[in-house]
Formats: sequence, structure tokens, C-alpha cells
Amino acid sequence: MLSLKLAWRNLIGAGLRTWLNVIVLSISFVVIIWHRGMLDGWHEQARRDTIEWEIGGGQYWQKNYDPYDAFTLVDSHEKLSADIQEGVMSNILTPILISQATIYPQGRIQSVLLKGIDPTQKILNLPAKKLATESYEIPVLMGTRMAESTKLTIGDIVTIRWRDVNGTFDAAEAKIVDLFRTNVPKIDNGQLWIPLDRLRQMMQMPDEATIIVTNPEKKNLPQLSGWTFRDQQYLLSDIDRTIKQKQVGGSIIYIILLFLAMLAIFDTQVLSIFRRQREIGTQIALGMTRGQVIRLFTLEGSMHSILAAAVAAIYGIPLLLLQVKYGITMPENTDEYGMAIAEKIFPVYSLGLVITTTIVIFITATIVSFIPARKISRMKPTDAIRGKIN
Amino acid sequence: MKIVFLLLVIYVPGFSQTPSGEYLLDKIDQNMSSDSRVFTSKMVIHGRRGSRTVESKTWAIGEEKSFTEYLAPAREKDTKMLKLEDQLWMYSPATDRTIQISGHMLRQSVMGSDLSYEDMMDDKKLQTHYTAAVVGTDTIESRPCWILELQAKTKDVAYEMRKLWVDQQRYLPLRQELYAKSGKLLKRMELSEIVRHGKRWYPMHILFKDMLKDGKGTEFMVDDIEFDVTIPDYRFSKASLRR
Repeated sequence: MLSLKLAWRNLIGAGLRTWLNVIVLSISFVVIIWHRGMLDGWHEQARRDTIEWEIGGGQYWQKNYDPYDAFTLVDSHEKLSADIQEGVMSNILTPILISQATIYPQGRIQSVLLKGIDPTQKILNLPAKKLATESYEIPVLMGTRMAESTKLTIGDIVTIRWRDVNGTFDAAEAKIVDLFRTNVPKIDNGQLWIPLDRLRQMMQMPDEATIIVTNPEKKNLPQLSGWTFRDQQYLLSDIDRTIKQKQVGGSIIYIILLFLAMLAIFDTQVLSIFRRQREIGTQIALGMTRGQVIRLFTLEGSMHSILAAAVAAIYGIPLLLLQVKYGITMPENTDEYGMAIAEKIFPVYSLGLVITTTIVIFITATIVSFIPARKISRMKPTDAIRGKIN
Repeated sequence: MKIVFLLLVIYVPGFSQTPSGEYLLDKIDQNMSSDSRVFTSKMVIHGRRGSRTVESKTWAIGEEKSFTEYLAPAREKDTKMLKLEDQLWMYSPATDRTIQISGHMLRQSVMGSDLSYEDMMDDKKLQTHYTAAVVGTDTIESRPCWILELQAKTKDVAYEMRKLWVDQQRYLPLRQELYAKSGKLLKRMELSEIVRHGKRWYPMHILFKDMLKDGKGTEFMVDDIEFDVTIPDYRFSKASLRR
């Protein structure tokens, strides 16, 4: 308790030197928590949006389907069994048929994926009901990114050319009936959404599908033979990996920030021990053991982190809470990142994140304070009292 | 004697005013198809940013086997392609690798041109896959033509309908249009510079045009061609890609 009081008195007594260290360390605190919170917020939002817009509660893939190999699409279609049809009727499943095609916007040629979806589906956020329109042209729904790259907008007519199940060319006019804005580029870039029955008719694939999306709210999904089930964990693994890589990248920033703060504490400690040799000698002469003196100096150093945590809380909590409330607007080009990124990211700060950061900084500050304090153990009290440098 | 002549006019297509579609197809196949052929050619690809020319030499046997070696430009030189039935292997000297491409790759554009690999290597006999009927007459470059409409009789053809403008004297299409199932015109070929090779007539210049796309299309020019020549089997082996 005496050491604690002494340490506190010495620390406050050091004045500006202490507060400079504390401010630098508090900035590290806030930046680390903010950055981790941003990544956690992005991760949570990307997972949520991907589930709501793309993968639902998991997907059944036709056994030949490989999303990374467009050539497998030709053989990736299968008739839906009665069980699946029943699942579709009871809103547990929604089938999607995928096929390659070519469009000719403004006389240019562009490869696309045609995706057929049931306009009455309610599992995904995709506004498929806009496709429930009777028209001579094929009704098309597309994302805003695709609209931008093709320079097409609502009401435009574009020619689509495709090959049916036998490989025979066919072509027809399509009309853009609506555009949707989504944070999930994987259902937007290079894709046209059309009514499922229309695509089946075009491809001559009645009652067939390439993938079947499941309802995330329904448990006990049926076993479908001939289909491979990919759960959320599998389908979100790309996002998880990307965020993990970002966290590793972010750790380098944390290390640099902590290094700068710790360097300041280390310098302060070295200077203190040099300038307070008489005090150290006196304390030993008065009966304190070397270990007690080392503990005192280590405690002084580590108390920087406690003070820094308090200072960080004063200005950091309101700042971080404001960001939680209003979010952080992402730059426009992040849209092309290829992963679900919202226009605004709302950071998520967990108690675990704050406690872990505090503990890490406290331990680091303690170690950094201890290293120069070890010098005290080699001091002779008589020399120390006289101010002789070892 | 008059009766014999009249019977000839009625029953022998070659003597009638309008020959049957099958007869014309047979004559076209006689001109265009061959057991084997070796030719050097130039392909001029007209793009948005200008035109570029690709030179190549091709060895082909029937419908199934084809070997093409690119001669120019420098970037494409020594690139080789081997087609065996519906499979394609491509050798790239830059990477010194041979890549096998699935049958669907054959439907992709060749070096950004208006031709797919399938179009370029297609030498299928029309009679095998289409039924034909003469639907009219027309004149192209002062040459009278029959308009021949072809409807697919097998399911696995790329184009369900074709229209051919067949030279009435040479039995060679001077224009060919390829249609989608919906009846939409997809591609047009203009065949010109017709020369005689032995018993057959053959076009030395073909202009391919993707009708859905803007642009001037792709010109295919045959510099020289030999028909029914003996091509050793090793030419169509994967080992020859690296030679």
C-alpha cells in the first residue's frame, strides 16, 4: 500500500513528463480499440448482409456446381424432387438457376451470369417481386454496380444471347424493370436476375435449379440427395479470412503505436532512475530492500497505463459512442473491394475488446518499466547516496 | 428423245430450275468440306481501338482434327492449338505450357474476334445436321443466288436456323446468316474472292460479323490452301504442340 501511495505521489509529482506519456499511451488505447471495433463492425455487417442477401441459412449446391469455375455451370443443374418442391412451397427453400449468357449493351459485348429466382421468394432480401411482371421482353433486375458498368437503367432494353441445354444459340430482348442497391457485390457484379420460370423455359430446363437457398430462420433442414449442403460457416469463410487478414495487418499498427508509447515510458524510467539515485540510495539506507525499490519504480511505470486508460475513457468513450451511433462513411471506391462493405460501418466495441486491450497495455507497460528498474539491483547504496553513477 | 430430256429436267435436280435443298447442300458440302486440308490464313480483327492481324497455318482432317500454329504477330507467334473432337489444347510459348480447355471454351471468341473457336474450326457437313429448302432467289455481286433455308434436324447444333445465298453456277454460299432459335439474326458471313481448286470452288475471303455487336467484324483471308493432302498422324498429337 505504501509502495502504491509512493508510486502515485512520484508519478503525479513528475508533472508534464507523466502527462505527456499518459496522453501518448491513451491515444494508443483509443486507436487500438477504435480500429478493432471497426473491423468487428465490418465483419458483423458483412456476415449479416451476406446471409440476408446471398446465402440465407446455407445453400444446397448441385453436385457439379463450382462457383469459381464458370465452365461447370453447363452441367450444374438438376430437377427438383417433390420434397424440394414442398420445401419451396412452405418457404423453407428457394431455388436459383444459374446460366452463362452474353449481353449487348450499346452494341458492346459483355459476358454475364443469368440467375433465375422465384419472384415470390421471401428468403433473400433481393427485391425479386419486381420480376413478377407480364411482358414480351425478359424482365431483368440488376444491381446498381452492374447498372453502372453496363450503363443501363430502368426501362432500358438490351439483347441477351444464351445457349440452351443442347448448346443451341438463342437471343431475346430484355427490359430492366428495377435496380437494387446492396452491400453484397457477389450478387450484383456481372449478373442479371430474371424470373426462374422464364430462365427455365429459355434454357429448356423445366423444374431445374443450380443452387437452393435455405431459410435462415428454419432449423432441421431436410437431407437432399444429389445436392451438397454448404452451411453458413463454409459460405462465410471468405469473409472471415479477409477480416482475419485485416486484423493481422492492423496488429502491425498496434505494435507501432504501442512501441512509441512504451519508448516514452522506457525513457522516462531510465531518466528517473538516473536522476533519483540519491533517493534510491536513501530508500535502501532507510531499510527498503532492492526488490522493494524495483517494485516501486516498476509500479510507477505501470501506473502510466492506468492513468492512460482513465484519460482515454474521458475523451475516447464519447468519441467512440458517437461513431457507434452515426457510423463511419466509407469512401466510394471501397464498393469495388469485392466484399460486402456498407456505405457506413458501425463499429462494434465489446467489453472483451476493451478489457483485453487494457490488460495488454498494462502488462507491456509493466515489462517496459521493469527493464530499466533492474539496474537498481546493481547499485551500491553508498555510491547512490553520493550520486555516483555505476 | 424429248421425253428423256423432260424426265431429266423433272427428276435430276441439276437440270431443274430450282434444285432441291438437299441437292444444294450436297453440292455445297462438296465445295466446302474435305477429307483433309492445309492452309495459311490471315485474320484481321477490327476492334474499337483499331485493327490487328493474326497469321496462322492450319492442318485439319475432317470435322474432328485440327492443328493451328500462329505465325504472327510476334506476341502470338508459336502459339499452337490442337482440336480433337470437342476438346481443345492450347500451347503458349510465353509460359511453355499446354492447357486443356473444356468443350465450352470452343464457344468463346478467338483473340477478341467475331469468331468463336467453334466457328473457326467448324467444318461439319451441313447435310448431317440440317434439312434445307430453297425459299427464294437473290443477286449478290451480280451473281444470281438461291436462298436456302436450313433448319436443324439434330438438337446439338449451335444455330437452329441458317440462311445461305448459294451461287447458282458455282454452288457455293456467297452469304450466310446464322439465326437464334427465336429467329434473331446473330451472325453474318460474306464469302468472296471465289477461286477454283481442282474440282471445287472455295472462298478466299470471309467477313464474319456478329450482328448484335457494333464494329466492322472480322476478316478471314486464306492465303493458300491445299485439299485432300496426306497429313501425318503425329501432327495431331499433343507432343507436336511443343515442337
